[in-house]
Amino acid sequence: MSGHVAPKTMYYAVFLALLAGTGLTVAAAFFDMGAMNNVVMLAIASIKALLVILFFMHVRWSTRLTWVVVASGFFWLLIMFGLTMTDYFSRGWVEGTWR
Amino acid sequence: MEITTVGLNYLNNGYGLKSWLLTKDHKRIAILYLLSITGFFFLGGFFALLIRLELLTPAADMVQPDTYNKLFTMHGIVMVFFFLIPSIPATLGNFLLPIMVGAKDLAFPRINLLSWYIYVLGGAFTVVAAATGGVDTGWTFYAPYSTSASNSHVITAGLGIFITGFSSILTGLNFIVTTHRMRAPGLTWFRLPLFVWSMYATSLIMILGTPVIAITVLLVAVERGLHLGIFDPALGGDPILFQHLFWFYSHPAVYIMILPAMGVISEIVQAFTRKNIFGYAFVAFSSLAIAIVGFLVWGHHLFVAGQSTYAGLIFSILSFFVAIPSAVKVFNWTATIYKGAVSWDSPMLYAFGFIGLFTIGGLTGLFLATMGLDIHVHDTYFIIAHFHYVMVGGAIMGYLGGLHYWWPKITGRMYPEGWAKFAALTVFIGFNLTFFPQFIVGYLGMPRRYAMYAPEFQVYNVLSTAGATVLGAGYVIPMIYFIWSLKNAPLAGNDPWGARGLEWEIPSPPPTENFVVSPIVTEGTHQYAPSREVGIGH
Repeated sequence: MSGHVAPKTMYYAVFLALLAGTGLTVAAAFFDMGAMNNVVMLAIASIKALLVILFFMHVRWSTRLTWVVVASGFFWLLIMFGLTMTDYFSRGWVEGTWR
Repeated sequence: MEITTVGLNYLNNGYGLKSWLLTKDHKRIAILYLLSITGFFFLGGFFALLIRLELLTPAADMVQPDTYNKLFTMHGIVMVFFFLIPSIPATLGNFLLPIMVGAKDLAFPRINLLSWYIYVLGGAFTVVAAATGGVDTGWTFYAPYSTSASNSHVITAGLGIFITGFSSILTGLNFIVTTHRMRAPGLTWFRLPLFVWSMYATSLIMILGTPVIAITVLLVAVERGLHLGIFDPALGGDPILFQHLFWFYSHPAVYIMILPAMGVISEIVQAFTRKNIFGYAFVAFSSLAIAIVGFLVWGHHLFVAGQSTYAGLIFSILSFFVAIPSAVKVFNWTATIYKGAVSWDSPMLYAFGFIGLFTIGGLTGLFLATMGLDIHVHDTYFIIAHFHYVMVGGAIMGYLGGLHYWWPKITGRMYPEGWAKFAALTVFIGFNLTFFPQFIVGYLGMPRRYAMYAPEFQVYNVLSTAGATVLGAGYVIPMIYFIWSLKNAPLAGNDPWGARGLEWEIPSPPPTENFVVSPIVTEGTHQYAPSREVGIGH
């Protein structure tokens, strides 16, 4: 809905950044970083998603209401991860419970 | 009362099939949804009938246990995803929301039509799954039943749910944008009808929750088809993760079903007591509170699934919180009825039924939020009774109440009130006879999802099956007189109930563009006696 017209160069730049992110993901798969494997992969994926949302979806130039809508989506994702993790992190706390 | 003649309206503005199938009119799309969901309601009811017939005797003598598994699975899938979730939003919501905000249509009419086609496509997948052998995992699709144990049509049915989810998301998006952007001049947020508030809250859940069920079903398909380890421990997955993801959507989905019904009841209670609601802001915000807090409680479905005790504790406490906004609504309806000029028309009978049955359903939910008690009744008929009190006693009573209340507006015709009262009473009696014995037999230990049961439980099951027959009749009667009314009943006029609200100011049935001139709103709906509520409060 935003009336903002972005220059084509921006789209190409974001596209190249996304390709670079994909390359980085593939490259990272060749290194075993132990527990950091998932963290690194998810971090790259998150940055790519952010680029798509901000530039391809024009959220950067959108109204505050759109920002609230986008932010609430991420907040809800945090709720899902956060409360699910209360289960995974506390499974071993009581002796004798399933873990 | 002045009875206006039926002029040019959305029903007689074009008769060809094309004029319906390519319509962008929210009212016609509501009718398309009404017809589709009624079809699915009777399909789901047919499965319920077979389930109840099988349970008439303790032995599995009518169908084999494998078939029984498919019957209750298809009953659940059809009723939850193809009837209850779209029921009020897609029909009454679609029809009324633009009118209630003083708009000519929803914000995105084409997307509205698209959402119906998506719904039909999703429904087609489910019908194909049913026709080609069905699914036997339960409507919950728990891993590992769905990922590795079942040989039934899990992916086809799952795809049906995945596709239909988009219809839900698009409807929610349309409602939210319409409420924000298309309100008539003077129609501030706190002048909105409470039905609009409930639709808004429901839409939030649809948008924020539905993508999660879509992805969850997709993950089941991925694990089933490609053997990627997501839920299977042997492949590095976790079956309880499925339950977390599934219930993250499916518990709030209960509020997708009940919040619209609550909105309907708020409207009916005001119209048939001739009072504006007691505590408008509390009732409005309680809808939002239910939508938000409803997302924090899903773990109460996992108390005995292997979820950690501490997580269970957190979810237990949070589940108690959701009772507060629900109770706010019940108390405020009661306070509205108190000293009101109550008229006993059929919509109000459904509203009374809703308030009583939802209260029982809600309070037994508190039993289930209590970890110790839940261990005793988990996966018993107590659960079945509880959620049917909410979904059938609550959501369907609200849906029927709303259909009776707005039928004159939708069709321009009244219906035989005597029959309507008889049907409302039949539904109430049939419902209680069906489901109250299930509380008892569940508490005594009868597990859900078995074709066979111990002989000492038979008396409760016979009562239940007898009740289901009465309930079935209670649902068929309105269908008959509604169809009859289309040609034979007297014209309704603009406002047959003497209610207040934008929808009652326009002709019945409404013209295609709803309002010839955009309305200017100067007060909230149901302003029968503004000073009266203040009088009660002081």
